Amino acid sequence: MQILYFGWVRSRIGHDTETLQLPANIETVADLIEWLKLRGKGYAYAFEDSGAIRAAVNHEIVPPDTLVRNEDEVALFPPMTGG
Amino acid sequence: MIRVQKEDFDIGIEISQLTAKNTEIGGLGIFVGLVRDHAGDEKITSMTLEHYPGMTEKHLKRLEVEARERWPLQDVLIIHRHGKLVPGERIVLVVTASSHRESSLESCQFLIDRLKTKAPFWKLENMESGAKWVEPLEEDCAASDRWLRMDKR
Repeated sequence: MQILYFGWVRSRIGHDTETLQLPANIETVADLIEWLKLRGKGYAYAFEDSGAIRAAVNHEIVPPDTLVRNEDEVALFPPMTGG
Repeated sequence: MIRVQKEDFDIGIEISQLTAKNTEIGGLGIFVGLVRDHAGDEKITSMTLEHYPGMTEKHLKRLEVEARERWPLQDVLIIHRHGKLVPGERIVLVVTASSHRESSLESCQFLIDRLKTKAPFWKLENMESGAKWVEPLEEDCAASDRWLRMDKR
């Protein structure tokens, strides 16, 4: 799975993209975030308040219970601030 | 039309190009967003705008389509910059063209309100005390959401 990070999620993790092979027990965006938290300090810090995290699967904003597959492009980021 | 770019834009040229093609246009709604030099009491030295290539364009396009569904528009132009900008620099241009002023002004306000919360951008304010990510303001969310409560025109 191609995963992208933006805003303070990116700055806390320390890089903007990575490709990871999902374990079989990861079914949803929420599962993915819980799994990523275990990857290190930066990840745990980035995802400490999962309610503040927004997710996009293949460029569409989705709720945390959305199913994800290895072929998806998933982005995790804080609320957007355009304009 | 949607453009996401690092470079500055020339408002005069953009407006001339947009109106040259179409004499049915009777009025334009125009919004230009600039980098402010302060956040509260703190002085801002620069602002860095991050975007999500591909997704950002797609979502701006969607806002344009939504505006065209709500109002009888002749044309729409949204230019949004990314990268590092200093106070006084232009960030965003929204131009809506219509035969009459009401629809151009309303749709311009709609687009900038929606851009604040629905466009994939993230702003980092660089200040003398350090850098700080901009969090969405409650008033911006309310301004964006009020359009959901209004009936489609």
